[in-house]
Amino acid sequence: MKLTNEQLERYSRHIILEQVGGKGQKKILDSKVLIIGTGGLGSPATMYLAAAGVGTIGLVDYDIVDLSNLQRQIIHQTSDLNKPKIESGKETINAINPDVTVKTYNELVNSKNIADIIKDADYDFIIDGTDNFPAKFLINDACVLLKKPFSHAGIIRFQGQTMTYVPDKSPCYRCVFSEMPPKDAVPTCRQAGVLGVMGGVIGTLQATEALKYILGVGELLTGFLLTYDALSMNFRKIKIKRNSKCAICGENPKITELVDYEQPACSFRK
Amino acid sequence: MIIIVNGENLDIEKSLNINELLIVAKAEQPEYVTVQKNGEFIQRDDFDKIFVEEGDEIEFLYFMGGGNYEVDK
Ligand SMILES: [Zn+2]
Repeated sequence: MKLTNEQLERYSRHIILEQVGGKGQKKILDSKVLIIGTGGLGSPATMYLAAAGVGTIGLVDYDIVDLSNLQRQIIHQTSDLNKPKIESGKETINAINPDVTVKTYNELVNSKNIADIIKDADYDFIIDGTDNFPAKFLINDACVLLKKPFSHAGIIRFQGQTMTYVPDKSPCYRCVFSEMPPKDAVPTCRQAGVLGVMGGVIGTLQATEALKYILGVGELLTGFLLTYDALSMNFRKIKIKRNSKCAICGENPKITELVDYEQPACSFRK
Repeated sequence: MIIIVNGENLDIEKSLNINELLIVAKAEQPEYVTVQKNGEFIQRDDFDKIFVEEGDEIEFLYFMGGGNYEVDK
C-alpha cells in the first residue's frame, strides 16, 4: 500500500530520517502495539505511538478516570472524569491521528485473559504501563511463554526504570526480580507518590523502544536496566545477565503456566 | 577501601558481607532489593557468605511500580 499525500506530509519528519524513510513509516503503519495500563506510563507511550502512526493500538484498563489521575495521566482530561479510561484513551488517540485503529479491553489483566488479549490482534510489541506488581509479573510471564517482546517500566517518587525483553535474546523481568514482593512490602506508604513527569520520561522511553523494535534500528534496552533519578538527573544503564535459575526463562523453569498474585497493600490512615 | 555502589564510590573500613553492606550503604527496604556484584546476581541465601573487596562494583536494583498504591481507608 502506498502512502497517501496526507500521510507523506503527516509523517514527513519521520520519512526524512535515514533510519525510517517511507519503508520504515509503512512498517510503523502496519504494526500493532498493546499498551497495558492507560495511566502515568501508558498515557505518553500511547500518545506518541498514535502520533507516530502505529496502525493498531490496543488499550487495556479497567479503571475509570479519577481526579487524582490527572496530575500525570495526560491522555485523560478534566472533561473525561468518571469515563472508563479506555474510552477516554481511545478518544484522545482518534483526535491525534485517525490512521490508528484502536482496540479496547475493559478488563484487569489476569492469568485467564492475558493470553487471549495478546493473541487477539497478534500484537507485535507490548508495553507494560501498569502500576502494580501482580500485573508486572503476569505480563512478563505471559510474554516469555508466548514469545512476545515487551517493555517493562516502573516509576516511584523521583525515580524510574525500564528494560526491554526480546524472546530468547535477553534476560526477563524475573531474571532480575525473581519473586513477587511480599504483601505490605513495596514501598512503605510514606515513600509512595510520584512526580507526574516521571511517567512522561519513562513512558516515552518505552514508546521509543517499541518504535526501534518495529523499525529494527539501534540497540534496544535488552540486557540492561535503565534507571533514572530525576533529583540528581542521572541516567544509568546497568548491565544485567540472564539468570540461569530464572523461574520462567531459566534452564529448569518452575513456572509453566500463568498464575495470579495478590497486590501488596499498604496500611495508611488518611 | 573503595567499592562502587550504584555508580558512586563508597569508602568502607573493612570487607563487609552483602547484608552488612546493605545497612552501611543505606539500601531502602534491604529485604527486597536485588543485588549484583561485578555483574553477577547474588542469591539472597548467599548474602551472609559473599564479601565485597576493593574495587567491587555493586548494584542495588529496586522494585518499582507505578507510584500508585492501594490505600486501606
Ligand atoms: Zn528470566
